[in-house]
Amino acid sequence: MPSPVEILPPPPPENVEPIIRVQDFHAAYGPKTVMKDVSFEIYPGEVFIIAGGSGCGKSTLLKHMIGLYEPAGGRLFIDGDDIGPADDALKAKILRKIGVAYQGGALFGSMTCLGNVRLPLEEFTDLPGAAMDAVSMSKLKLVELEHAAHLMPSEISGGMQKRVALARAMALDPKILFLDEPSAGLDPITSADLDSLILSLSRMLGTTFVIVTHELPSIFSIASRVLVLDASVKTSVAIGDPVSLRERSRNAWVREFFSRKGFDHRSDPPLSPGSLS
Amino acid sequence: MADGTAPFRFTTTQDGATRLALSGRLDAATLAGPWPKIVDPIRSAPPAALDVDLAEVTYCDGAGIGLLVELDREVRGRGGAVRFENLKDDLRSLLDQSLLEDPARSLEPPARRAGAITELGRSTALVLDDIRSIVTFTGELTLVLPWALTHPHRVRWGDTLKAAEKTGANATYVVSLLGFLVGLIIAFQCAGPMRTLGAEALVPTVVAVAIVRELGPLMAAIILAGRSGSAFAAEIGTMKVTEEISALQTFGLSPTKFLVVPRVLAALFVTPLLSVFSTLMGMIGGYVVMAMLGYSLPFYFDQVTAAVDYVDFLQGVAKAFVFAVLVAAIGCLCGLRTQSGPGAVGDSTTRAVVAGIVLIVIADAILGTCFYYLGI
Repeated sequence: MPSPVEILPPPPPENVEPIIRVQDFHAAYGPKTVMKDVSFEIYPGEVFIIAGGSGCGKSTLLKHMIGLYEPAGGRLFIDGDDIGPADDALKAKILRKIGVAYQGGALFGSMTCLGNVRLPLEEFTDLPGAAMDAVSMSKLKLVELEHAAHLMPSEISGGMQKRVALARAMALDPKILFLDEPSAGLDPITSADLDSLILSLSRMLGTTFVIVTHELPSIFSIASRVLVLDASVKTSVAIGDPVSLRERSRNAWVREFFSRKGFDHRSDPPLSPGSLS
Repeated sequence: MADGTAPFRFTTTQDGATRLALSGRLDAATLAGPWPKIVDPIRSAPPAALDVDLAEVTYCDGAGIGLLVELDREVRGRGGAVRFENLKDDLRSLLDQSLLEDPARSLEPPARRAGAITELGRSTALVLDDIRSIVTFTGELTLVLPWALTHPHRVRWGDTLKAAEKTGANATYVVSLLGFLVGLIIAFQCAGPMRTLGAEALVPTVVAVAIVRELGPLMAAIILAGRSGSAFAAEIGTMKVTEEISALQTFGLSPTKFLVVPRVLAALFVTPLLSVFSTLMGMIGGYVVMAMLGYSLPFYFDQVTAAVDYVDFLQGVAKAFVFAVLVAAIGCLCGLRTQSGPGAVGDSTTRAVVAGIVLIVIADAILGTCFYYLGI
């Protein structure tokens, strides 16, 4: 008997078809079940966060949603099409609707940053070369990296690589953007800029974001709703907006997860230099 | 928009500014055709002021934003002024984030190629750096191998045995097969011409000298370079890329002692054995041809033992020792010198194999000459 998922506000919008629907999803690596009985829906324009402790299967769920792995059970509908059993043609159609920015960037090392962003435009549009350059450059400007356009990925920092990866994922203006830990490794200012960019794209272009993260400042500033996964029960335990999860969840672990204090809420004063000598 | 492209219209305002009215959808599909028709006139004759009217735009995605950014770059980059009118607030915010800070800067990549003298200097510095690292590595290895002999309890024997298994035991079949085929081919190729000279009975002599003195150890060493030299470079190179080497160094551990010594010792233990296998199988290959020509095993054995003795055999084993050190050391060195980037490990592996085979042949020539002058 699967444990019920606690559903907190906001309620799903009426008369709106979900853009992603996950039904009774199971994931397994060989004989080992890593996730079971996960069901949820994501609506167009939402910034949907998948959160949870380390090892709870956040990235595993994301990789199934983008078609890298086949689910052990259940169904994963992306804009109406089930990606799990999809044949190559259907999968290609589904993949045109999504963009993915991986945790480590996964940039193509043999191309410049501009070349990385330009690649999807070359493959999937008929824009003239100068237009591809201009569009790619505007995407790089969005992530504040136009000055790095002609550098190779090996010549920029890890955080910059992640931002180029985001620009590449946005190149074709996909309906859905999947981001795996986009803020990890970024400084607070860049991370906040990235959050405001996500909100802008969501509002202006109606882009749906599915983001794996456990950065609380980001979650509270951008999340429409959060799905909380729990490694101990290998399934989802709650879904709702972050404030409701923090204030009203019946699950003490969920309340604690969303109430963690930042480094500026230190309970003990720091040791002064030389105080132990 | 019957033709599925974004409509546009240029006009001139009363104050002399150029006005561009865009309408409909601005996306990658609708802009593919009109893009040059919109941008080229602006590029060829940049106006002092450009007003872009977006009142009739129903949708604008990244490609549309790209067009506006390009217009801004062409006009503002040449000292003009651009005004985007009737822009929805959300779109203005996205456009503001997308406009280039320095529109005058070209989108063309900066020239990366330096002058001939700079390139010559850079290449010379790289060669000198290569030489320095080879000399340093050789010195380190020369110190560390005697250390390993005098401090056997400090050697990582577990890693050494694993490397020996991969380098030796797992290579036995391929070394045996190649040795057998080389012996067979040499005997087969010699048999024809020697028969015409009436010297068919000397085929075992040729096979024995070629295989025992040269080709047995050489084939084993070439397989070692292809299988294990490349594997050493790839393993250590990947460790370099993933900063495992840096972690070793920050623990105060020497990568040479920790990674190179086990691999070199493993190669030293197994390469002479592989050489013996290769030689033995080569001799068997030679006998197969002689048997087909009607000669008996005792005849073949007598001919072989008359042509080569245990000194020749030991020559081959001695060469195998030298080849083992060269191949393992160059594989490890290439791994340790791996640069960053996805192609770096591949480059190191290629360098390890090529350098290993070249060094084997050079060493073989030097050793052959030395043995000749020493009369052995």
